[in-house]
Amino acid sequence: MSGVARVYKWELAKLVAQKRTYLGIGAAILVPIAFVVSLVVQGGTGPTDVPLGRTLTATGLATPFVVLFFLSIWGLPLITALVAGDIVASETNNGTLKTILTRSRDRGEVFTGKVLACLTYMIVAVLAMAVVGVVAGSIAWGLHPLTSLSGTSVPVGHSLVLLGETLGIYIVALAGVAAFGIMLSTVTRNSAASVVGTLMFALLMQLLGVLPGTEAIRPYLLGTQFDAWHGFLRTPADWAPVVRALWVCAIYLAAPLTAAYLVFLRRDVAGE
Amino acid sequence: MSGEPPVVARGLVKRYGEIVAVDDVDLTVEAGDVFGYLGPNGAGKTTSLRMLLGLIRPTSGSARLFGRDPLVDGARALDGVAGFVEGPRFYPYLSGRKNLELLADYDGDGARGRIDEVLDIVELRDRAKHRVGGYSHGMRQRLGIAASLIRRPQLLLLDEPTTGLDPAGMRDMRDLVRRLASEGITVLLSSHLLAEVEELCNRVAIIRKGRILYEGSLQALLATASDRYSLRAVEPERARLLCLAQPGLEDVALDGDEITFRAAEDAIAALSIALGQARLGFTSLTPQTTSLEELFLDMTEGAADVPAVAATEEVA
Repeated sequence: MSGVARVYKWELAKLVAQKRTYLGIGAAILVPIAFVVSLVVQGGTGPTDVPLGRTLTATGLATPFVVLFFLSIWGLPLITALVAGDIVASETNNGTLKTILTRSRDRGEVFTGKVLACLTYMIVAVLAMAVVGVVAGSIAWGLHPLTSLSGTSVPVGHSLVLLGETLGIYIVALAGVAAFGIMLSTVTRNSAASVVGTLMFALLMQLLGVLPGTEAIRPYLLGTQFDAWHGFLRTPADWAPVVRALWVCAIYLAAPLTAAYLVFLRRDVAGE
Repeated sequence: MSGEPPVVARGLVKRYGEIVAVDDVDLTVEAGDVFGYLGPNGAGKTTSLRMLLGLIRPTSGSARLFGRDPLVDGARALDGVAGFVEGPRFYPYLSGRKNLELLADYDGDGARGRIDEVLDIVELRDRAKHRVGGYSHGMRQRLGIAASLIRRPQLLLLDEPTTGLDPAGMRDMRDLVRRLASEGITVLLSSHLLAEVEELCNRVAIIRKGRILYEGSLQALLATASDRYSLRAVEPERARLLCLAQPGLEDVALDGDEITFRAAEDAIAALSIALGQARLGFTSLTPQTTSLEELFLDMTEGAADVPAVAATEEVA
């Protein structure tokens, strides 16, 4: 097993042993259930002003898309920030960073393992939300073809492919939030400040996108990429926002991670 | 392992803004040493150890472990080296055994297979299943030693290993250090407990305000202070005059009924003959033993700044 793989394995084991991990994943599971249950109890038809909202009660397949729309604003960024903001800072404060940095693994390996574990947790949270959404929605409203944003009917099998693509491109955008959180966690050495700061960053990115006068920079804001998946739900699929999201997010991912990496390699590890 | 000494630090400096935590420290620990790094709290011991382990970057100077510099060679510089600074820290939500398994996996090199063995050495096997969060301070210290031993170190760096332990815990920890040293492991331990260093170490460095005041063998250090004698004579004033006139006696002083002075052994022999020839009866002529504690306090409280530096040169 490579050095990074060893670190990654134990970073996952640490996440599994910590309560805050379940707080995040638990929220990702409970929100779609609560969403479906409350709609069923109220007997409503679903929100009309969100993508696929009108057809929400027509098929359980619409549920994960609608829940993703709501959770992408601050729910999933918060869930991501919970772990990303903590992953280096908590070890600095507990003094365990010096414990693992005096073993036979280089700092680069430790950092890479932490980043991979953080991204894994984020992906698990998004997938858990989607799977629970499909299951809960299907129990409530059955598994029927999805109506795309262009009004065409999409068979169940292809709808699931669209869901996969949607989650994929959303995860890429959310990774930008994770990267920012890891950077704050590395630089500030303060877990709470990093979690809050990361959430603020995600909200600010979306706020900037709706303010008047920001049209010119809007395509390049991270918040805009949270909605790139809407392109998949058109017939034919609109690839322009997807392609832009890929390269814009690559920058939002690479810049903070590079900065954090360089800081982590050189920083003094001393008691707080 | 190469023929390079376990620890060679040269000109180590660590500055935090205006504060100089470690100021031009040279340290050499030879294979087989149990090296005591002595100093009052805040003298720069822990900062020095952090630089040796590559946890912090020196402002200037270099540290080499078996010839390898942590800043250049990264984790490889710590091959054969283990230890902790400021007390060992573990993941409180994992069991003692899980913590060791994690560290063993970080180390590779069959470390996992040694976990049971080291748990036996530190007598933690029956508590290894429990979360470290519930461990006492002493158990954490012992787990820290266990975590070091799974690396099969040739050099152990221990930062105040007995601090915070009860008397039995301190005794056990010292026994353990002694035992490890007898098995050929070189030990560098920092401490502000003089009795501990006197008991365990063959070589010491004394640090104050980031500067090394003395580095050398413990025996030589004690010897520099044991050239003081006291004389009790029937006629103190006559004896004092005789001592003043006697060659080889320095710093002669009368303190109550007791005359004190510094002299080499042959001068003492000559003095006893001179006393007899002068028909001057004396009741005692004894070397004043100075404990490491007195020396340490002298040096670190600054009263004996100059002699301490002189002592270093004498020994070197």
